[in-house]
Amino acid sequence: MRSMKKLMLAGMAATTMLSGAAFAEGLSGELRIFSDMSNPAPRAVMEGMVERFGAMHPDLDIELTVIDREAYKTQIRNFLTADAPDVANWYAANRMGPYVNAGLFEDVSDLWAEPDFANLASTKGAMTIDGKQWGVPYTYYQWGIYYRQDIFEELGLTVPTTFDEELANCEKIVASGRACYTIGSKFLWTAGGWFDYMNMRTNGYDFHMALARGEVEWTDDRVRATFANWRKLIDMGGFIEDHQTYSWQEALPFMINGEATAYLMGNFSVPHFRDGGLSDDQLGFYQFPAITEGVAMAEDAPTDTFHIPSNAKNKEAAREFLRFVVSAENQTMINAGDALGQLPVNAASSVDDDKFLEAGFAMLSNDSPGGVAQFFDRDFSAEMASAGMEGLQEFMVYPDNLDDILERLEAVRQDIAQ
Amino acid sequence: MFPTPLERTSRTWQIGYQSLLPVAVIAWLLPLLAVAMFSIKPSSDFTGGDYWSWPSRFAGFENYGRVFMDSPMPRYILNSFMITIPTVIGAVALSCMTGFALGIYKFRLNLFVFFLFIAGNFVPFQILMIPVRDLTINAGLYNTKLGLVLFHIAFQTGFCTLFMRNFIRALPFELIEAARVEGITEFQIFWHIVLPLMKPAIAALSVLVFTFIWNDYFWAVVLTQGPQAQPVTAGITSFNAQFGVAYHMLSAGSIVAALPPVLMFFLMQRHFIAGLTLGAVK
Amino acid sequence: MADTSANARHYGWFHRNRQTVTPWLFLLPGILFFSTYVVYPIIESISLSFYKWDGLGEATYVGTENYEKLVNDRAFTVSLINNVKWLLLYLLAIPAGLFIALFLNQTVRGIRIYKSLFFFPFVISQVVVGLVFTWFYDPKFGLLNGILGAVGLGQINVLGDPALATYGIIAAGLWPQTAYCMILYLTGLNAVDPEQIEAARLDGAKGRRMLWYIIVPQLKPATFIAFVVTIIGALRSFDLISIMTNGGPFGSTRVLSFYMFEKALSEYGFRMGYGAAIAVVLFVIMLFFIAYFLWSMYQDEKGR
Repeated sequence: MRSMKKLMLAGMAATTMLSGAAFAEGLSGELRIFSDMSNPAPRAVMEGMVERFGAMHPDLDIELTVIDREAYKTQIRNFLTADAPDVANWYAANRMGPYVNAGLFEDVSDLWAEPDFANLASTKGAMTIDGKQWGVPYTYYQWGIYYRQDIFEELGLTVPTTFDEELANCEKIVASGRACYTIGSKFLWTAGGWFDYMNMRTNGYDFHMALARGEVEWTDDRVRATFANWRKLIDMGGFIEDHQTYSWQEALPFMINGEATAYLMGNFSVPHFRDGGLSDDQLGFYQFPAITEGVAMAEDAPTDTFHIPSNAKNKEAAREFLRFVVSAENQTMINAGDALGQLPVNAASSVDDDKFLEAGFAMLSNDSPGGVAQFFDRDFSAEMASAGMEGLQEFMVYPDNLDDILERLEAVRQDIAQ
Repeated sequence: MFPTPLERTSRTWQIGYQSLLPVAVIAWLLPLLAVAMFSIKPSSDFTGGDYWSWPSRFAGFENYGRVFMDSPMPRYILNSFMITIPTVIGAVALSCMTGFALGIYKFRLNLFVFFLFIAGNFVPFQILMIPVRDLTINAGLYNTKLGLVLFHIAFQTGFCTLFMRNFIRALPFELIEAARVEGITEFQIFWHIVLPLMKPAIAALSVLVFTFIWNDYFWAVVLTQGPQAQPVTAGITSFNAQFGVAYHMLSAGSIVAALPPVLMFFLMQRHFIAGLTLGAVK
Repeated sequence: MADTSANARHYGWFHRNRQTVTPWLFLLPGILFFSTYVVYPIIESISLSFYKWDGLGEATYVGTENYEKLVNDRAFTVSLINNVKWLLLYLLAIPAGLFIALFLNQTVRGIRIYKSLFFFPFVISQVVVGLVFTWFYDPKFGLLNGILGAVGLGQINVLGDPALATYGIIAAGLWPQTAYCMILYLTGLNAVDPEQIEAARLDGAKGRRMLWYIIVPQLKPATFIAFVVTIIGALRSFDLISIMTNGGPFGSTRVLSFYMFEKALSEYGFRMGYGAAIAVVLFVIMLFFIAYFLWSMYQDEKGR
């Protein structure tokens, strides 16, 4: 099955290569790409894309610079103004805001008007600010709960679909001397994931996004309800101890060693679990259970993107590269289980037959009627996200400080609103 | 001499002291020794959760080999050299001149200029951060080694001038007066008389500035990105991201990053300490 | 060479004024560099602190708004308090350095190597010191908890506990700083007048009294330098915090220098003007010390 698919893919790639070459004859000069795909697998994907694109455009001189993913986040503002490449990686939604508002990203609405882009409609909203599109998506991935199936079986647990079941499970897990969840909150964003889900399940997607836009007070009772639910898990000892000291990778061994049974994470964690020695029989995935009855399920599915800086020199080649990136064949190829192991955005692409990719794709396509959010630090403005995640981390360690935390966040919100 | 020399103390204390020394050194360097031990453990020791036992086998070669072969570490180290060495040359050259001007000549603004340099040397970096970054970006020097070198030279000039000026002050002034009587030009005085006498100061200062610049992290983060220009102090964070929780690799990487200034120190110890302590004794 | 003076009257203005012009010629490159990269940025930062600027678009003048906000900014207060902790506790490096220097000030075989090994931490970059101590404190496999466990004490998570984290980082910083002070004192001890010591010994002074009344006063120059470098080191603390905790947990280990960077240039920081205002506050604190240092040096200069 898998090899069949590969064969087809190779065939498809070959045809596009021909048509691509015919279509874009005359692309020349230099194309500089800055990428944050620095982990081994994404790096190979990025290098592969450059190679294939280069083969289609032999006269084009492509220079790829891969920058450490964390460092990239602080450096993008520098190179966008000082030393702009022709193509740069970034993220969707509010995370683009500062650069779009400063006029540093090129408006690529013209690309989105092309017929091929209709297949990307699902992310159009996340790429839109002020009615224009500012980049293109190349991948997205589901968030959800990765868990140890074998331990669940050992304890006689079933996959929970409601929060009460979740709590009941957790009680048994804690009684067996384990933590329900591992998490490493040293770099804060993991706590953002937990809040997204607690809030979207307690109050729904629309409320969550209103909060993200700064339209709701942090001291609102509905926000407090979210934290009250979250607190139940904290108080029963659901999370590992000392998580504020670990990065998300450092928190992996707890689950791999069986000291914790589950991890709320993005799908990019799967290769890490597998490398750590968990087989697909041991590792399972389930959708974050419902909390408030009647609230439509909504998911986090962060979208990673490519953009053209306004100061780019070879925008023609850059646009062609963006077309190449979003093409159905390319997205199928780069998101395959042996590549990024994520989901293609292009509706005409196929999802690799990987257990977790299929589960994620089904969940996002069918079981997420409430909507799809990007992620805490992409939906909230930069300043709110930074203060917010710090408060969330504090809450996870000292839940008693909640009032103080919420007042502080509310002050930040008001300050930004000014 | 204080405290009482060992020869004049009791036999018990002599033996006690001699055996205390190695214990004290080991305790003092304990955190570092732990990292050194980590760096020669094979990865299998860590996956077993066995952090603190003796290495099950010596894996130093493969760990350090991977640091040099499988990571951009050599590139970062090279960058560090290419940033540090020009900075040392530049800062020492400039401060030889400023030190000469402030140490030999009497003029009205002498002390003012001198104190300006010293004050600048004490300034917290952070107040310079935003403008220096903008300056570097506007000059097209962002993410270049040159951008970092120029700033380092300028900032180190403060400390180096203090150092050189005090050193020149202590030189016999009669030499210069005699030369002037001979009619030797001011530039020749600098080049043929003062500069040769400054050799020890130049050596001491070079070693010192080398260490300061090599170990700089803040400016490397502010003014560079990526392996083209970043020195090893900043590069090691990307290195750590690459190797995640592979503590044996992280340890080996840290040790490699720390090594050049350490070697410098052991090779040039005399100059180093002379440099650090100038002014600490009169 | 001898006939140059005979030709002197043929030289023009430059030759006549060479004593005044030469120093400025020699100073020129240094001053140029220094003004561009140090003096001008200070002025620029001060002016920027009255603007609101995201570092990307246009800056707007907001008067003293940034400073007014600082007053109510809890993170700023936390940073300021931490800076005070750093300043006070960092000074421990001075007596600790003196203590080790006294311990090592002997002439036994191999003492030079011991001195070098004690000095060792100062040569390593703070980034590596930070990593080394992060692992030392690690709650899972850190040596510290290993030792505590071995002597029967409970586990602590130094860097994860907001009440302890700052002290944990300061302790890491004290390691190289103590080494620095030690070397200053070792050199200082070499220069202590042996006759005075013998005279004091004859008078029956020894031990602590000897140290306090005879030795320490003679070490005053070393103490001054140790004080200067320790204060500067304490106020500049950035590397260790950035490596060890990144300001966390929940912002409890921030200091002004780190907070400033965070606000202006970090992942989510887009407030250049606000950052500049923080830097100006740090600068003002530093100015007190700079004034004191310069005043001491000025007294010294006059004494010559």
